[in-house]
Amino acid sequence: MKELLDDIDRWLAAGSRVAIARVVDIEGSGPREPGASMAVNEHGEVAGSVSGGCVEGAVVAEALAILQGDANARVISFGFSDDEAFAVGLTCGGTIRLFIEPLDW
Amino acid sequence: MDLYAALRAAIRAGEPVALATVIAGTAVAGKPAAAVGSKLLVRPDMPPLGSLGNAELDRIAARDTLAELEAARTGVRHYGPNGETTPEDLVGTPEVSVFIESWAPPPQMWIFGAVDFTGALAKVAKVLGYRVIVCDARETFATRRRFPMADEVIVSWPTPVFAERGHTLAARDAVCILTHDPKFDVPAVTAALKTAVGYIGVMGSRGTHATRMHRLNEVGINDQQELRRLMAPIGLDLGARTPEETAVSICAEIIACRSGRPARSLRDSAGPIHAG
Repeated sequence: MKELLDDIDRWLAAGSRVAIARVVDIEGSGPREPGASMAVNEHGEVAGSVSGGCVEGAVVAEALAILQGDANARVISFGFSDDEAFAVGLTCGGTIRLFIEPLDW
Repeated sequence: MDLYAALRAAIRAGEPVALATVIAGTAVAGKPAAAVGSKLLVRPDMPPLGSLGNAELDRIAARDTLAELEAARTGVRHYGPNGETTPEDLVGTPEVSVFIESWAPPPQMWIFGAVDFTGALAKVAKVLGYRVIVCDARETFATRRRFPMADEVIVSWPTPVFAERGHTLAARDAVCILTHDPKFDVPAVTAALKTAVGYIGVMGSRGTHATRMHRLNEVGINDQQELRRLMAPIGLDLGARTPEETAVSICAEIIACRSGRPARSLRDSAGPIHAG
């Protein structure tokens, strides 16, 4: 999160809304630890990462949907072993769960 | 955005802070689910900010969040809507999932001896996120100019440094004694063994180590259980030659000690790649 603060400050100062995704849980092999975070502004600009580049694209789409009011803050899973996992997966074979929410607190 | 402002200020100042967020809530008949996204910001010695939506849940979650912060852990906990935690209490009640994020001060690496290896080790330790302290009694060598990558350079004998702040060392911290000079490393080893530090590595050849063990025995350090804590000669058997390669072998050993893995090649092992 610390490495995101400068970008978030800049986006908020420019009047942009921001969503934040954090890794909350990993099962098996995962590229990033719980707490790894990524911020997305309403123009789709990104700071930070939550995996080794495997799922970031899908996270941006979900973050934009939340910022546009088309989705609520929620937990989403990525990985091979989860039936409800998104189509994109992790190359390392694990499952990660992310919490994505608007930064409105 | 009061919570974010307080969180940002604490993270920037490097002060310990933790954030508990409701990430999922199950509703049952007649009882609404906890609001996803509600938050409690917890700092040591200060009242929590925010609320998870229920005073009793706030009380229990604040207590647990503080404990997670002290252990520098981040993860998910599950509660009943009023903070119930035991399995019996949770039967038939809706479940609240709370994500607890900790921002704890970075782990410490204390390096004794301002030698050739010290700069390389300090550099690699910084990459891994350590707060690095370099200490040597010789003020010509222990200078900021020689170790600009260190967070602190101290001109001192080991004993006063341990007396002053040895109590801050914990399982995730490391002490690396690179002096290979008995008059410096015997007091450093003696003092390090009295702390809760997770890793103690001591540089020197096998011959130097045998001499050192003899000297430690002479000053009354002979508890074999305690002496097993010493990683000496320091580092993994990588065949490292340069100070930089040696620094990698030391840091790799610290990681292997923490995870309890035998440090083989992944090709030659089976099971999960990342430590749980």
